[in-house]
Amino acid sequence: MDAIILQILNGLDKGSAYALIALGLTLIFGTLGVVNFAHGALFMVGAFVAVTVQKLFSLSYIEIDETRTDFLGNPLKVEMPYIDHWFGSATGAWMQDWSVPLSILVVVPFMFLVGFVLERGLIKHFYKRPHADQILVTFGLAIVIGEIIKALYGANPIQTPPPSAFLGTVDVGVMLGFEPNAIAYPTWRMVYFAFSAVIIACVFAFLQFTTFGMVVRAGMADRETVGMLGIDIDKRFTFMFGLAAAVAGMAGVMYAPILSPHYNIGMDFLVLSFVVVVVGGMGSLPGAVLAGFMLGILQSFASMNEVKALIPGIDQIIIYLVAIIILLTRPRGLMGRKGVMEE
Amino acid sequence: MSKSNFTRRGVMKTGAVTSAGLMLPTYLRAENHTGFTNAPQGDTVKFGFNVPQTGPYADEGLDELRAQELAVEHLNGIGDGGMLNTFSSKVLDGTGVLGKKVEFVTGDTQTKSDVARASAQSMIQKDGCIMITGGSSSGVAIAVQGLCQEAGVIFMAGLTHSNDTTGKDRKRNGFRHFFNAYMSAAALTPVLEKVYGTDRRAYHLTADYTWGWSQQESMAASTEAIGWETVQNVLTPVGAGDFSSYIAPVLNSGADILVLNHYGGDMVNSLTQAIQFGLKDKQVNGKNFEIIVPLYSELMAAGAGSNIQGVYGSMNWNWQLQDAGTAAFTKSFGEKYGFPPSGAAHSCYVQTLLYADAVTRAGSFNPCAVVEALEDFDFDGMGNGPTSYRGADHQCFKDVLVMKGTEAPTSAYDTLEIVEVTPRAQVEYDSEHPMFAGGDLGACNPGA
Amino acid sequence: MLGLNSRDFKLFAIVCIMALVAPILLNPFPTDSALGQSFNAGYPALMQRFVIFGILAIGFNILFGLTGYLSFGHAAFLGMGSYAAVWMFKLLSYNVLPAIVLSVIVAGIFAVVIGYVSLRRSGIYFSILTLAFAQMSYQLAYSVFTPITNGETGLQVYNADPQILMSPGDPTSPHLFGITMNGQTQVDMGGWSFVFQNGYYLAALFLIASFYLSIRIFRSPMGLMLRAIKSNQTRMSYVGLNTKPYMLAAFVISGMYAGLAGGLLAAMDPLTGAERMFWTASGEIVVMAILGGVGTLIGPVLGAGLIKYLENIVSKINDGILHSWFSFLPDWLDNLLVTVIHPFIGKGWHLTLGLLFMAVVIFLPGGLVQGGQKIMGLFGRNKKSDAKDGAKTPAE
Repeated sequence: MDAIILQILNGLDKGSAYALIALGLTLIFGTLGVVNFAHGALFMVGAFVAVTVQKLFSLSYIEIDETRTDFLGNPLKVEMPYIDHWFGSATGAWMQDWSVPLSILVVVPFMFLVGFVLERGLIKHFYKRPHADQILVTFGLAIVIGEIIKALYGANPIQTPPPSAFLGTVDVGVMLGFEPNAIAYPTWRMVYFAFSAVIIACVFAFLQFTTFGMVVRAGMADRETVGMLGIDIDKRFTFMFGLAAAVAGMAGVMYAPILSPHYNIGMDFLVLSFVVVVVGGMGSLPGAVLAGFMLGILQSFASMNEVKALIPGIDQIIIYLVAIIILLTRPRGLMGRKGVMEE
Repeated sequence: MSKSNFTRRGVMKTGAVTSAGLMLPTYLRAENHTGFTNAPQGDTVKFGFNVPQTGPYADEGLDELRAQELAVEHLNGIGDGGMLNTFSSKVLDGTGVLGKKVEFVTGDTQTKSDVARASAQSMIQKDGCIMITGGSSSGVAIAVQGLCQEAGVIFMAGLTHSNDTTGKDRKRNGFRHFFNAYMSAAALTPVLEKVYGTDRRAYHLTADYTWGWSQQESMAASTEAIGWETVQNVLTPVGAGDFSSYIAPVLNSGADILVLNHYGGDMVNSLTQAIQFGLKDKQVNGKNFEIIVPLYSELMAAGAGSNIQGVYGSMNWNWQLQDAGTAAFTKSFGEKYGFPPSGAAHSCYVQTLLYADAVTRAGSFNPCAVVEALEDFDFDGMGNGPTSYRGADHQCFKDVLVMKGTEAPTSAYDTLEIVEVTPRAQVEYDSEHPMFAGGDLGACNPGA
Repeated sequence: MLGLNSRDFKLFAIVCIMALVAPILLNPFPTDSALGQSFNAGYPALMQRFVIFGILAIGFNILFGLTGYLSFGHAAFLGMGSYAAVWMFKLLSYNVLPAIVLSVIVAGIFAVVIGYVSLRRSGIYFSILTLAFAQMSYQLAYSVFTPITNGETGLQVYNADPQILMSPGDPTSPHLFGITMNGQTQVDMGGWSFVFQNGYYLAALFLIASFYLSIRIFRSPMGLMLRAIKSNQTRMSYVGLNTKPYMLAAFVISGMYAGLAGGLLAAMDPLTGAERMFWTASGEIVVMAILGGVGTLIGPVLGAGLIKYLENIVSKINDGILHSWFSFLPDWLDNLLVTVIHPFIGKGWHLTLGLLFMAVVIFLPGGLVQGGQKIMGLFGRNKKSDAKDGAKTPAE
């Protein structure tokens, strides 16, 4: 029982990562009708915002310590962080410690800007082009973004630890009446899950309860009619691209402590998030979220030793297997709309 | 296509070139006159440095490339000579190899066998390389080694740790300086026995491919020999990213040791996540829970950050060793690039020098002569103490380092500390040991 | 001629000639010159890849170009073809004929199964189904099916393999009834040296045959039918036509082309690995087709050639080579140029690739073929009417 609860927690955690990325992807699909192969790259950029903030906070000037030597026998250069110097060492240490959550403050405006520039500068010109062209141009963009990150940060994963307050585990088992340590779950993963749930709820509330959201939803359903009503849907769509980028960026920041960022991380998530979106059904936001959590949980269960003993290698193919089964039983995925991306 | 623009003049031109090509008087069989592939012509000889420059191991590949360029400088008499000063064989004098200046070409393996072979083929067919070295994975090493055997050039493997490279897939034209999974386990186990005792229960997470399996098999065999119990071995997909669903069950399995048979990014993620799951803070069976990473590299250590503190593993070589060879290499590398070399870089540097030395001693670039010179060659002064290339499987035998994540690092490069230098005798094995059996070196192939 | 109209015949003739004289055409610079050492592509291994990936792209184009169905798992058939071929080497002998035949058959069988299932959906749902099948094949080949595929190490021929049809005097590398694939003739002419390799010519003959077949399919009633399906599938079914068999036929033919390419890859170099089936490999095929010009006959071949050229040539240029090109310039200019170019070569060749994708899609929506048309339109005197004509019929 405790093993199953653990895997459900893992599944929710994985699922919230999938859902957040798929949510942005499907927003772009639904509103702009664009297949965005660069969405994984936006997630990666978010993760590297966390890396950059961490690096900025530990930016240092050099003091030479004559009493010690480095590996070549020269006097040791000791690095003194600027923020310690400016804010005092206590605040400096706190800022370094909290660099990942603090990155959220940076990543939202930054990703909106990135989204805005991409949409106005590039994606806009591809609304009327075939999906194949959209795929190629955004794939090219993803490669370019990845290479720029590689040139700046190298190819090695970079450790971005969570604040020390969130290190360690929460003993979920005790709360549910199990033995101590039966279900100990990392604190940061709980934070990540809660954060994702809040973001998903916010996006839905925004689309459901604001006039802006209503217009966007109307535009998703029938763009031409909305345009004829004299509403400038293009501006709103630009904003939606920015929003999708910001959601991906926030997911990237918060996931950085779990998965050390490297320049290829976007590509790793790209295929998976497409599968999630399609299983959920093209153009359906609830579908994307539902499919994200479902695939996350199924993948966690498939990774259990008991299941793997039954079917070796099932954990490696479960996502694709489930995708095939769902697409064959439900022609447009879980909640897809008729006619979206079917031609 | 609708637009062909096929003019009569164009046809005639092409036709003329074709017929000229067919009527050529100088009609030769390739390299018939020299007896082996890519015999160096003129006053230069070309090496091929085939390393990952894109993909997950790009940084490791670039470090290999730095070391190889340094080796070429030293062979050509530029710089301080590095290990040439400490190498026990003294035939290399900084005037190139057999009087020929060393040149090199570089290529990108992308850590994919197909691409690595394409790149190596280009080096052999187009650039006329006489030797290929480098690489950062066993799959690639085995693929390129096979290619070099067929083409008739020498392959000096870079970083490859799978038993198969000099086991099932050994080739006469291929040589491995790097250690292997069996040697890691053999070196690590006595130290583990000393610090963690003989009554331990180990849980293995293993990357689901050949290297992972051979690492796990070796670790399980050697730790079971000192009385440990292997509770479970779980295969994890390569590049899984999130290992939570594999790590979560560990704590309640009754195991008190977690062995991570992962490499590169997988190891960074699985170790980080295992620490986040609180494994290192827990007590099981009345003992502190411990994590072991059998194979370490500097880049992995850097990627894992503070998580590796106190975690044991093994290495082929580390710049902190105190012998003269290591000091000389670390000095010339550090002065040129500003940071210490990695173990992968050391292996590639040494391999390049060893090849040049073998050619010089043999007095010929002919691969068969080089093979003869390298087989059962004993040398010293290359950073690993007395070393020898075993003729039976082309594996180098030398001391192995047992490492531990530094508890209180003083600089960015101070991530690992040497716990013990396990003497060579402890890691030696028979060339037909079951984990290595089934291979056949075959005959040396000089090519054309 | 040959059942082709004059325009198609011209195109076919160009492809034949290009394929046959490639060893000369691709070595425009003297072998030992700085440019030759960097940019010559006329060595057997790369030329083989040009034609083999050309075959793959031609096959992909039969599916995607004609029907508009975007398969994102085509590399799976390439991988399966390669595995089948290497197994024939292991079990029978190094003769490439049974290997290539079997690789086409195996890929065809898998294509029937995967196609039958995937073609029940259209649009992106179809793409994801094919992707899912290919990724499952990759994951399983890499791990669980290691006894069949030899996993990460890659399937290769060992001395201990049965090879029951092998007689003592036979070559120990792939051959066609005694003609070894790696056998070659080198011709030195002035500063140039041209290598004519048996294996390359075998692959080139297959390319020519594949190209011919593809023209015939494009111009056949079936080709017409497929294009009709592309323009409006619903209409076709209202007419009372069952479109499924046509689609499946296109999918299977396309899969067999991929299998042939896989078999040829193994015939040139008897080793194969699971990464041939990874999604990036499938993506590369899609990119080749779009880059060259989807739906045009020659476009995908050009796209395949360009990508393989970049992968093998640009990735090998390093700073040392750059310095040797610019050595005639003053030092400061030399260093400046090297600094500027440095990010785009060697380890940065992916950056060049990504920028190229973007540039082509932005400026040449019809791919390289459209670029070629534009250039011809610029230089040709009386080509204006032709160019218009070309623009009207992009689906060729």
